[in-house]
This record gives sequence, C-alpha cells and structure tokens, in this order.
Amino acid sequence: MYDMKALYEANSVRHACELLLAHPGAKVIAGGSDVLVQMREGRLAGCELVSIYGLDELRGISLDEDDTLRILPLTSFSHITKHPLINEIIPVLGEAVDMVGGPQVRNIGTIGGNTCNGVTSADSASTLHAWNAVMEITGIGGTRQLSIKEFYVSAGKVALLPGEILTAILIRNADYEGYKGHYIKYAMRNAMDIATTGCSVNVKLTADKKTIEDARIAYGVAGPVPMRAPSAEAAVRGLPANAETAELFGKTALQDVNPRTSWRANREFRLHLCETLAKRALLKAIELSGGEI
Amino acid sequence: MYVGKSVKRVDAYDKVTGRAMYTDDLADRKALVAKVVHSTVAHGIVKHVDTAEALTVPGVVKIFTCFDVPEQRFPTAGHPWSTDPHHQDVSDRNLLARHVRFYGDDVAAVVAENEVAAAQAARLVKVEYEKLPFVTDVQEAMADSAPLLHEEFPNNILAHTTMGYGDFDEAIREPGLLKFEGWYDTPIVQHCHIENHVCYAYKENGKIVVVSSTQIPHIVRRVVGQALGIPWGRVRVIKPYIGGGFGNKQDTLYEPLCAFLSQELGGRMVKLDVSREETFVSNRVRHAVRSHITSYVRPDGTFVARKLEAFSNQGAYASHGHGICAKGMSAFTQLYPCKACRGDAYTVFTNLPVAGAMRGYGIPQAMFAGESHVEDIARALGMDSLELRRKNMMPVGFLNAFDHNENYYDSFNQCLAVGMKEIDYEKKLKAYQNQTGDIRRGIGHSIFWYNTAVWPISLESTSCRMVLNQDGSLQVQLGETEIGQGADTAFAQMAADTVGVRLEDVHIISSQDTDITPFGLGSFASRQTYVGGFAIKQTGLLFRERILTYARELTRMPVFNLDIIDGNIIRTTDGRVLLPLSDLATEAIYSLNHSAHITAESTYQVKSNAYSFGCCFAEVEVDIPLCKVKLLKIVNVHDCGTLVNPQLAEAQVHGGMSMAIGYGLSEQLLFDPKTGKTLNDNLLDYKLSTTMDHPDLVARFVENAEPTSAFGTKSLGEPPACPGAPAIRNAVLQATGVAVNRVPLNPHVLFERFKEEGLL
Repeated sequence: MYDMKALYEANSVRHACELLLAHPGAKVIAGGSDVLVQMREGRLAGCELVSIYGLDELRGISLDEDDTLRILPLTSFSHITKHPLINEIIPVLGEAVDMVGGPQVRNIGTIGGNTCNGVTSADSASTLHAWNAVMEITGIGGTRQLSIKEFYVSAGKVALLPGEILTAILIRNADYEGYKGHYIKYAMRNAMDIATTGCSVNVKLTADKKTIEDARIAYGVAGPVPMRAPSAEAAVRGLPANAETAELFGKTALQDVNPRTSWRANREFRLHLCETLAKRALLKAIELSGGEI
Repeated sequence: MYVGKSVKRVDAYDKVTGRAMYTDDLADRKALVAKVVHSTVAHGIVKHVDTAEALTVPGVVKIFTCFDVPEQRFPTAGHPWSTDPHHQDVSDRNLLARHVRFYGDDVAAVVAENEVAAAQAARLVKVEYEKLPFVTDVQEAMADSAPLLHEEFPNNILAHTTMGYGDFDEAIREPGLLKFEGWYDTPIVQHCHIENHVCYAYKENGKIVVVSSTQIPHIVRRVVGQALGIPWGRVRVIKPYIGGGFGNKQDTLYEPLCAFLSQELGGRMVKLDVSREETFVSNRVRHAVRSHITSYVRPDGTFVARKLEAFSNQGAYASHGHGICAKGMSAFTQLYPCKACRGDAYTVFTNLPVAGAMRGYGIPQAMFAGESHVEDIARALGMDSLELRRKNMMPVGFLNAFDHNENYYDSFNQCLAVGMKEIDYEKKLKAYQNQTGDIRRGIGHSIFWYNTAVWPISLESTSCRMVLNQDGSLQVQLGETEIGQGADTAFAQMAADTVGVRLEDVHIISSQDTDITPFGLGSFASRQTYVGGFAIKQTGLLFRERILTYARELTRMPVFNLDIIDGNIIRTTDGRVLLPLSDLATEAIYSLNHSAHITAESTYQVKSNAYSFGCCFAEVEVDIPLCKVKLLKIVNVHDCGTLVNPQLAEAQVHGGMSMAIGYGLSEQLLFDPKTGKTLNDNLLDYKLSTTMDHPDLVARFVENAEPTSAFGTKSLGEPPACPGAPAIRNAVLQATGVAVNRVPLNPHVLFERFKEEGLL
C-alpha cells in the first residue's frame, strides 16, 4: 500500500504537460522503480503522480533522416540493451544500462527516468555525457533541445521547467560515427548495486589505428552530477594509442574530477578509482577500435 | 529405507506454487496495523512524547508510548528456560523503552486501521529526549569514564568468563619458544532472511493468540507470558511456514508488544509487520568480536601455549548475551589442543543494535581470528599452513571432559583430503607462489569444529507425537520447527524408517501450535535432526509396538515375530505379508470388539552432544589496482555424520557458504560516529552478496556415523557458515602477501592495506 495522494494518467504528451501544470506539486512516474521506492520510504509520501507510462509514442529507438540516433525516454533498459540500432551504433550504452540493478528493474526502469532523476550514479548518464547526448524537452509551448551537460543542473535537479517532460535523447551522427566506447561500473557487488564510480570512455582512432584522433570521457559519482574530464580529453588528442597515453589520460583526469568523501567511499579512494578506471577504459576503447597496445 | 536418500522436500510443491501460507497470508485483512516509533538518539531518557498531531491522522486508533506500558522486564533470548535463577537470561527489556539505549530503540507504537495511516502517524509522533553520551566501541565501553547502559552492569560488562587448561605461565617458560600475536576484528552483520519478522495477535476464549514468524514458538509463549505478566497457559503461539530466520528469529522480537497492543484494544487483531529497515536496526544482529590471540610455538611448529582474549559487542540489550563469545572461546581452546590454553572472554554493552543469535553463534568470529592467526604463524615459520594445522589440530580420540564430545574418527584429515583433491590444492599452491603484476591468484583454507545442540550448557528436550489414521498413514508432530532448512523432510524420512511405512504415508505437521504441538524448543544450535531424531526414534518404536500389539489380536501371531515393512504387517519367520497396515488401521478404529485410536507420544531428554567437523578451501583472484577480490572457487567439506538427505544437506551447505562469502568480502552494518545511527539499513547499501558474486559452490561430505546419535547424524545447519571467511582471507594473503586482519575484505579495506604495504 503506497501513500499516494492521487494518480493522473496522461493520454498524450500534451495531456501530460497539462496535468503537470494543473498539479504543480506532482511528480512524473514512468516505470516507478525510483518513485515508488521513495514514496515507500517517506520522501515522496503523500505525493501526487502523473503517469506517462502508458504513452507508447515515447517508446522506441530510431534513426532520424540526418542519421541522428533517437532514443525515446520510456524505452526500458532491457529493450535498449537488445536493440539492433544500439548494438550497431553505441553498444556501450546497451552494456551500461545492462548493469542497472537486476533483471526486474531493467525491465521496468526507463532511460528517461534514469536521466530525469538527475543523480550522478545513473548508469546511462556517464555514457550519454561521453557521447554528447542532446535532450529534447517538450512543454505546452513546443519543443526545445539542451545538451546533456546543461540538462544536469545540480544533484537531483535537471533543467525541466514546470509542465515539461523529456521526449527524446538524441545522439548526432558526428558524435558517434567512428567512435567506440567502454563503460566500467565500479560497484561493491556484481549486481543489484549502484556505482561507487562509473567511467565511460570512447575514442576515434586515425585510419592507421595508431593515433588518438579524439577521446571523450565522462564519470558518474566523481562530482555532484555526471561530468566530463576535458583536460584528460585534450591531453591525449593526437597522441599514440598506447599504454603510456593511457597513464597520462588517467593522471590528467584527476584535474577535472571532484569526488567527495561519504560513508559509501572516501574521496581518496574515489580519486584512485577515477585514475585507474580512466586508464583501463581508454585501453579497452582503443582495443575495440582496432588499435593494438 | 529413506534415511540417506535425496527424497523430495515434503513442502516442495506448496512452496514453489505459492500455496504455502506464511504469517502475513494468514492474518485477517481487517487486522489493525501497528507501527513502532523508534528512538532517534543513541542514548537518552524520553522526557515527553507528543502524540497530538499524530492522533489527527484519519484511521489512527490509538498510540501507546513508553509511559503507557507496565514496568515489567523480561528476557528475550530463545534459550530453554532455567528454573535456576542463576542460569536464567537477563531480563532487561520493557515493551517500550523510557531509557533508550540505541538509535532505533522502541519508544512508542501507533495502531491504525491501515499501514499508510500508521506510517503517517508514526512520522508525526514527536519525542523529546534528554540526550546522554553514548559509546559504540567495545573496549571504550569498558572504560570507567564510559557512559553506563545498565546500572546492574558496571563498566558495561554483561559477562566476563575464562576457561582453559594447563599451566600457562609454566608452559611459556620452555626455552626456544617463538611468540606470535595478532588482533582480529569481525563486523556487525545481519541475517537478511527473506521474510522479515511479522506477527499478529488477538484474543480468543480469554487467551491471547500470537501467530508469528519465529523459530521458537514454545519459547515465545513463555516470554509473552513473562512480558505481559500473565500465566503462560493463557498464551497460545502459532508458527506457520517461515521465510528463514538464521537466528534472528531465535529471539522473542515483537510478539510481546503485539500481544500487549491487542490486549489493550479489547482483543482486536493487531498485526505488526517489520520493515527491512527495522529488521536491520531493531531486531538482532551478529556480535562484532575483537580478538587478541597470542601463541607460543616451537620452531618446528608445535603449539605449546595459546591465549585468546575476546571482546564481544553486545549492543544495547542482553539478548543471547555471553553465550556467543563463550562458545567461540570454547571452540578456540579445543581446535588445536596444546600444553596450556587460556580463554578470556568479555561481552560488553554498547549503544548499538542488539546482538543475538546468528548462524554459527560465535564460531565464524572465532574461526576468522583463529584460522587467520594460524596462517600467519605458518608464514612466519616458512611452513606449509596445511602441515601446521595437521601437526596441531584436534587428534583422533580427543575427549572433552565437559560435554563428553569425542573425536571418534580421523575426520579432519579425511575432510582436508577431499577438499585438497577437489580444488587441486598442491598444484595451485605451488603455481601461485611469488607472483608479481596487477592481477594475482591465491589459495587458502581453514578448518573448524562445531557443537551439536546445547547440552550440557542448557536443557535439551524434545517431544514427538504420532497418530494413526484409518488408512494406515500417520500424522507426526514435533516441537522442532521447519524454518526453510528442510527439517520436516528429514523428520518424515526418519519417522517412515522407524515405523516401517512409506514416506508418502507420513504426514508431518509443519506448523507448531503451543496449544496442540508437543513441547519442543525450536530451531537453533543445528540441533534439529540430532535432537529431533531421538524423539522420533523413541516415539516411533512405541508407536510400532502399539500397532504390532494390535496386529497380534488380528493375526494371532506373537509380537516378536511381527514387523512393519513398507506399510505391511509382516511375519518375520517367513516374510509373509499378513495384512496391510491400512486394513489394521481401519479395523482398529471401527472394530466392534476392540476399538482403539492408536497414538504414541514421548519426550526424550538428550544428554549428549557431538563434534561436527569441516574445512573450506578458497581460490581467489585479486585485482590490486581495483582493490577487488574475485572468488574463483570455494569448496566446503563437512563431516556431519550420516546424511539423512544428501541433496538437502548440500543445499544447506550452499546457503552457509553464501553467508560466509558475504561475511568475508562485503557485508557489514555501518554506523554514523556522530549519532550512532545505522547508515546502511537497506539491501542496497548493505552489501549482501548476490549470486553474481558467487562462483559455483562446491559441497562435499565425509560420512562418519555419529555413535551417540539416533540416526548417525550431527550438526550441519550452522557449520557451513563458519570456515569461509578465513579461507578467503588466507587466499588473499597468498596472492598478495598482505594479511588483512578484519573482515569484510572489501575494496575500502584493501585500498588502505595495499597502500600500507606499498602495493599501490
């Protein structure tokens, strides 16, 4: 039995926006794997909910005319992992969301919910950051786009205005063509856990596979929101794809991250992980791109 | 014969189809719902409880505070009662506490018409405390300046006992001895059974009826009577199927409070369903034990004198108390007998959640300390640790004077041989010497022994009833409880063999009802098959005798020439089937000449105990930069006597190994040093290990029939949880050269240790 004040079911995106404007305190519920947990433990007790879970127009993955990958927000983690477009274009995203919780959560949980929660540990978030994802937001007045960096405002807060919902996550052709990536979820268990630190790295190698043309890295739990490590990216651009470069990558990343000490892990250990994971993920991304270490 | 065969669990179909009924399934949907308001300070005096706002929540029936309950202290431990006041458990609980002693203590109880109203109101109850200083460290709690939890226990010492043998001071004077010393810490962990504790209570015919998810219905009946100050016969406790207990439910938990609430509300049914968060904080946990071991050893590895000082963190109330630490001390002194041995054990109150019984009852703690220490000695001496163990471990023929336990066989060597072969010990030990690089492998092992049941420390008594049906089948009832471990199946196998009927004709009654079920103590101390076996055998023979006596009337054959085999009355002289038992049963009930309802019931008091032995081998891969241990293989070998049901025994070992893996690598409750609050009271932040963290679990057995036992069995329930953690720790030591003297060996701990040792 949940302490729920009211549940409004949206029958269209526009209806969802109207319901949210009509009930300013209401929370959006999709799969419910976060909202219901928080309701049970009292944080959202007595809350009004607007459910968008029935909106099938927000489910699925497709390619736009300009080859932009379009991931609709209600797509479940397990559908993302199994989708042919994901496996062709950005398999690392499928692998990352396959590390969320356990099978039941991956069947009910959605990528939209994962990002709109605004938490730094979300398994999809660091990979979406590392691939320059663009968030498409819809309100009564129409649709707007934001980079994922702008979308994450602060811990637990994203840039949705009242009456707005996330309607797509886009990855542009230029951001994926020629890139291969690897995500490492570092957690205390191999399942049913949240990341102590997550690290997603992708690279584009030169045609001879010997030099890094571009490298991108994003972390979860290295700060209050998922974050890129621009210094590390700049440091290795144009360098040979080798172990030495990976060392430099890991060390330089420490200039960008700012993890905190909490009872879940202390700062020093998280910094050690940031360095080690960056190094390992880069080496793996190079290997996936056909480079030889 | 069914004993020794892997027959299907008698409850398998009901459990896998969801037909089996558990406490919450049985409660009336109209039951009132109780919710406990817990203390938000670690130590303090409740000055005032403001319920005004909470009472305005629609659906709230009544709120009881610590000022509304009688000053009637009671003990909670699931121990047999002792009529000797000196051996009784400490009575230190009230239904609700005015003097709160840990963050999560019980201050008030809201009763409402539904759980949402109860939860809303519980959040609105305002409690005003006079805060007192608190202490969480076991040794700091013993200081004169430490805050005192219970006035009757100076320096917070619940108990301090010593044991041992030989002249220690004389023994260590031997010239040439090497001295080894180490400190070892084990964490506070929780049982994490699937079904949280739940109970409901109502009044019927002037009695209070409590239906509870408990391991110990007959003991709970006594404690509810003590807590409410009513005659024990006015309490009726019913135990349906339960979703695990592992010792947490070998304690009286919220049954007395629930009974009190119902009593105060005119006997209306009140249900108290404990959340997972409350299970972590406000039920029971495993004692954290800090151990200090000193060993005096000859250069050839012979142990001459050994000493254990153990400090057991009791938390806020006595519960099972000193029994845990004392049991660990006893295991330590007997595992490697030497010239002189000393144990010195303290159990100390602190402002933390209450420690009680948990699978292994002090032995996982003692084995982590003891078997880590032995490994360290072997390394220092440059000896193979397996040889060092073999040189010193309990020899064949060893007899313990106190409980008359005897090591009848060469069980340790037999178990070690099986384990070594299974894991390819010699080869791997050699292959993993002197590695370098980021990723290294290692192999480790440990041995242990465990008692069976609680004699002679406490009473061991059990009763059984058998009732013949018209079709020749029978009901079997025992006070010993099925808690998921498969006891009912083992009991049914033993009953079928003793009486001489087919297994499908034995109807074991799973539920205990203290008004109906014969007296028994319940499920604990790995005693079920051993202790239950005596009552089943004795009652079964009596029952058989009565059947055969009746058969004499029908067959005119003497009883001494009759037998019951596969549900038929047999003439033993020629093997002829004289009549089916079903015919006899029908005739016995409906006979116009001599109608008899054939039943038997008897009590057996067990006055023996038995050593159960075993070992564990673990193989690990350590990723040093990631500070992670991957368990590659783990093998447990047990000599628990004759296996009643090999498949169930294997499953039981798997469960215990899983617990040991969590104990060794990931599980621990964490507390905020500033407030004493439990930080990780949920299954996300409490790192219970998952199947994805386990390799295949390998369970092997050496079957040496226990001579004192009715069916050759001895303990297996708890032993599998005992040896895993030190075996894993010793494997990490071989892989990395780093000795970690505390569990769990999680990445946080390994990061610090690897830095200290220069690996990072």
